Amino acid sequence: MKLVVCHVTLLDGTDFTCEVEKRAKGQYLFFKVCEHLNLLEKDYFGLTYQDNHDQKCWLDPTKEIKRQIRSNNWQFAFNVKFYPPDPSLLTEDITRYLLCLQLREDVASGRLPCSFVTHALLGSYTLQAEIGDYEPDQPRPLDFISQLTFAPNQNKEMEEKILELYKSHRGMTPAQADTQFLENAKKLSMYGVDLHHAKDSEGVDIMLGVCANGLLVYKDRLRINRFAWPKILKISYKRNNFYIKIRPGETEQFESTVGFKLQNHRAAKRLWKVCVENHSFFRLNAPEPPTKARFLTLGSKFRYSGRTQAQTRMASSLIDRPAPSFERTSSKRTSRSLDGAPMISITEAGRESAENGREPHLELHSDSKDHDKTQEEVLKHQASISQLKRSFMEAPPPSPPQPNQWEKRLTSSPATIRLQQQQVSLAEEIASVLFSRQTDIGLYSTAKAACIFPEPPLDAVKTTSSAATTSSAAVCSFSAPQRPLATLSTALSATEVSVPQTEAATADNTTSDTKEPAKTTEVEIEETVVVQEISRAPKPGLVTVAASPPAAPSAEQEMREQEVKVQEEAVVVEEAKPRKEESISSESESEEEAEYHPYLPVSISHTQIPEEKEEEEEQEKQEEDKTAELQVLASDASSLPAEVIQPAEETSREEEESRKEDDTETEETEKTTNAEEEKEVERETEESTDDPMVTPDEAPNGLTLPEEGVTVIDAHAEEEEEPKMNGEPSLIEAEPLPQVICCSEPPVVKTEMVTISDTFAAQKTEIATKEVPIVHTETKTITYEAAQLDGNGDGEPGVLMTAQTITSESLCTTTTTHITKTLKGGLSETRIEKRIVITGDCDIDHDQALAQAIKEAKEQHPDMSVTRVVVHKETELAEED
Amino acid sequence: MAGLMAGYGHYTHAVVRGIPASLAKEALRSSQTEVDLAKAVKEHEAYVEVLRTRLGLEVVELPADESLPDCVFVEDAAVVCGDTALITRPGAESRRGETEAMKGALKDLNLNIVEMTDENATLDGGDVLFTGREFFVGLSKRTNQRGAEILADAFKDYAVSTVPVLDGLHLKSFCSMGGPGLIVIGSSEPAQKALKIMQQMSDHRYDKLTVPDDLAANCIYMNLPSKGHVLLHCTAEEFPESAKVLSPPSTFSNFVSLTIKHIHPQSWQEGPPSEQPNWFSGLDLKSTCLCCCSSCPGL
Repeated sequence: MKLVVCHVTLLDGTDFTCEVEKRAKGQYLFFKVCEHLNLLEKDYFGLTYQDNHDQKCWLDPTKEIKRQIRSNNWQFAFNVKFYPPDPSLLTEDITRYLLCLQLREDVASGRLPCSFVTHALLGSYTLQAEIGDYEPDQPRPLDFISQLTFAPNQNKEMEEKILELYKSHRGMTPAQADTQFLENAKKLSMYGVDLHHAKDSEGVDIMLGVCANGLLVYKDRLRINRFAWPKILKISYKRNNFYIKIRPGETEQFESTVGFKLQNHRAAKRLWKVCVENHSFFRLNAPEPPTKARFLTLGSKFRYSGRTQAQTRMASSLIDRPAPSFERTSSKRTSRSLDGAPMISITEAGRESAENGREPHLELHSDSKDHDKTQEEVLKHQASISQLKRSFMEAPPPSPPQPNQWEKRLTSSPATIRLQQQQVSLAEEIASVLFSRQTDIGLYSTAKAACIFPEPPLDAVKTTSSAATTSSAAVCSFSAPQRPLATLSTALSATEVSVPQTEAATADNTTSDTKEPAKTTEVEIEETVVVQEISRAPKPGLVTVAASPPAAPSAEQEMREQEVKVQEEAVVVEEAKPRKEESISSESESEEEAEYHPYLPVSISHTQIPEEKEEEEEQEKQEEDKTAELQVLASDASSLPAEVIQPAEETSREEEESRKEDDTETEETEKTTNAEEEKEVERETEESTDDPMVTPDEAPNGLTLPEEGVTVIDAHAEEEEEPKMNGEPSLIEAEPLPQVICCSEPPVVKTEMVTISDTFAAQKTEIATKEVPIVHTETKTITYEAAQLDGNGDGEPGVLMTAQTITSESLCTTTTTHITKTLKGGLSETRIEKRIVITGDCDIDHDQALAQAIKEAKEQHPDMSVTRVVVHKETELAEED
Repeated sequence: MAGLMAGYGHYTHAVVRGIPASLAKEALRSSQTEVDLAKAVKEHEAYVEVLRTRLGLEVVELPADESLPDCVFVEDAAVVCGDTALITRPGAESRRGETEAMKGALKDLNLNIVEMTDENATLDGGDVLFTGREFFVGLSKRTNQRGAEILADAFKDYAVSTVPVLDGLHLKSFCSMGGPGLIVIGSSEPAQKALKIMQQMSDHRYDKLTVPDDLAANCIYMNLPSKGHVLLHCTAEEFPESAKVLSPPSTFSNFVSLTIKHIHPQSWQEGPPSEQPNWFSGLDLKSTCLCCCSSCPGL
């Protein structure tokens, strides 16, 4: 293992050095630092690094350090990330002390503006905390004070005031002085406000401030607007635009969206991330489960992965160690020598020398001894130390060593922590990815097989699972990046695993749960090309998985470079499927836009957090406005894989039926009521004739995809006007529906037209855009369909029992959920049709999006199967940027 | 800063200024009603008397200046918060001279003086509402963004939010603080709108007391060691409905409520600068109460 030396500048100005494996995650380093600091309430803190553009960025704990810093400069700073609104609620003095150090720096640097009097007051508490009572016989105290930096524009008058106040604090303990310091600092209006430069819709320079309460808008020093978190429905960004969608006020009817322009997309992304994290930390009880309620996710799945304030408070309340002793060194603001005698030098110079000459308090921790150990060892070591240190630990460290026992005390805390640690040792080569994938599969199928199902279902289930396995394998082995559709199809078939809604469903869940530990692979994707491939791919043909090798890569496709990445991506998608936490760690950095919904609509609780791409330069050439429509027809559990299952299922369905709720059920309830058949009434000309052709491109794993699991993929391109291609209305809603072509030949029909698209401009909300109104658009529709379904379902119309449409709309996505229930010969079928329109100008990875959507649909309705997916895409060909 | 709200409304001094004879004819006004100068002078005297004897404030009386017809409205000339006094640059050119005398008076009270020298900036104290936790500055005919920025610079500890004032002269023409965390607000649409904006912009929660008449919303709240909570507000004679809302039985059970007679059709205000933890107050045209505040030296 290659080791790298990391330098971390601590809050007191000292430098902490430690070695980490080159592949280490941010979390690892962070834990090392916290351990060095003896800090337990660490959730308020984080590590920062300077990116290539000299911007301060937060190191994502869940991701590899190397991939974030993108340079060989392993230099970090330990900082407060979330300023607790009420520091008195912190449990330990050491935490408050660190917060004080950060604030002193904030104040001295001018980042936290305050008045003369406040400067003086804070300075006086600082002196009291750091050097104790004023000594009347101290020679020339003012000289001493003048060597410390308290304020950006410190002068004699202020120093005198500081001294005067300092004298009055006599008798105050350092901890009390810190507390007083914080009590005053927390009231400052800019306390904990993270400022970002931006422009409003008119191009006027403003500042956006993210804080515990929400988003603040400043123009110069004035607050001109404020959006409290509860008012914000969605936070998103697209390129360098940052949007917030505002909940309508009492008197307003419509949601409004406010847009801001940031300097560049990186700034927009950074702001977006900070918002996501601050919202999660301060407003949620627990971090949002990343994929749980999502149906379709585009872009980044970035989420706050740590503990929320509520959780950390809870955890803090359990701390029961004796207050750790620590030395309050006067921070880097000073150059005092150790005995406290003032050094004669001007303030600035003193500061410099202090930084160099500071003595780290090594007596508390010696980390050097860990340097030659592997990370795992270190972790183990840490774990055991932690254990010794904390008597409140509940359980011994699990075999994969945890960085800190404390972490796991909260069951609700994201599993990422654990995960990462395991991942540390995993090679991230594709090969290993594949390997672990296969392992998973193995587990999966085994578990599946172990499930007990009533009679026929057993077979069906087996089949199903093997189908899933196959498809997974297909994904793993997917080596032809040119054929994104293959990915899609495989992913699809994987999700098609249907489970009879009886115990099977539960069993299924359990299975996936238990196997979680096994899938620890994380592949980080840095670029997304798939979208482009799709959009330009001259119909590689529907990638029927039918064992037939994929269509030959098109010329365009060949031009793509990041084949490997695509491949990785495919794998990730697969990976993420069974495991929710995975998506946390499998954040894709490649998208140009992202969304975050601070408030999840109850009915349709997708939380979208698309994110942007980091590699904009390469990717931005093409601006796309795409619409992805996804129609997921979830029909009853096993209907998809094989009709064989039907009988058995029907029984269960019937049973379930009796207690089935009415059409009022939302998705949530839908999820819980297991056995409901689905029937999409409107789906008329179901392409039952379509041959199931979806099979893994390759079967290197020796797995084959049974026919049952086959889906038909049908893709075609479509104009915005929605020309009827092969005329197959696929959606129920009255709105213009994309036509779906079902054909077994080149399913991708590309129509390229020059149109004047005002939709594009319209979507830009309040942002004044410079986009040219003329865009070339290219549209495509891809349909995935389960073959059997057609046979079984649509023949008879049945009696429509209930129909319900739920629409949820957000800036970039519109989701329409249509739920219909029909009664067919004593059986009831529930059909859920979801239509998601995603509008964005970034490259959307269709494959991933689709796979994700299917996966989520599957998660939401474990008892149902996905029978049909239609992706309709409209792309702007106009280059831009 | 400690005990931010605890000291809210605590004043020791009040600065007032005499009424010049030119007020009747030359003062800026928003209505055409005649001003009965003699009556105004009399009311003002009564007002000062209340401040001095009933409330025990140290009243600093500046002499009237005939060349400054509006000089009695001292509120506009300065904003005092904590130990800092910001000398404004009034929006009306004819009133710029009013700040000289005010500056001298506040200097004498040992306040740190910050002057608004930027020629692009205008600010009337009547547009500045200090709630004890933050400032709201009305962007009005008299106050502009730049003026607000300078105020924000002068009082860095506090958030300064801007509120558009589309109707009426000043922000405080229809609102004021009625106590710690209590905003007295008029019921007109512009007033309610402004309140909404203030609520949206604030991280803090305020109670509101809505009075039927906008002008009656201009009150002065004080918390005086010797008197307890005091609210100076309009008389029942002038705004019967509003006075009902404002008198003690309703909201301020422990308040001493002082009613101040209105000066005459044309109202005017006066505000003095204030001090200690707070603002000064003042009134606007047609408002009834006069304000007063006091200042105390330094910390």
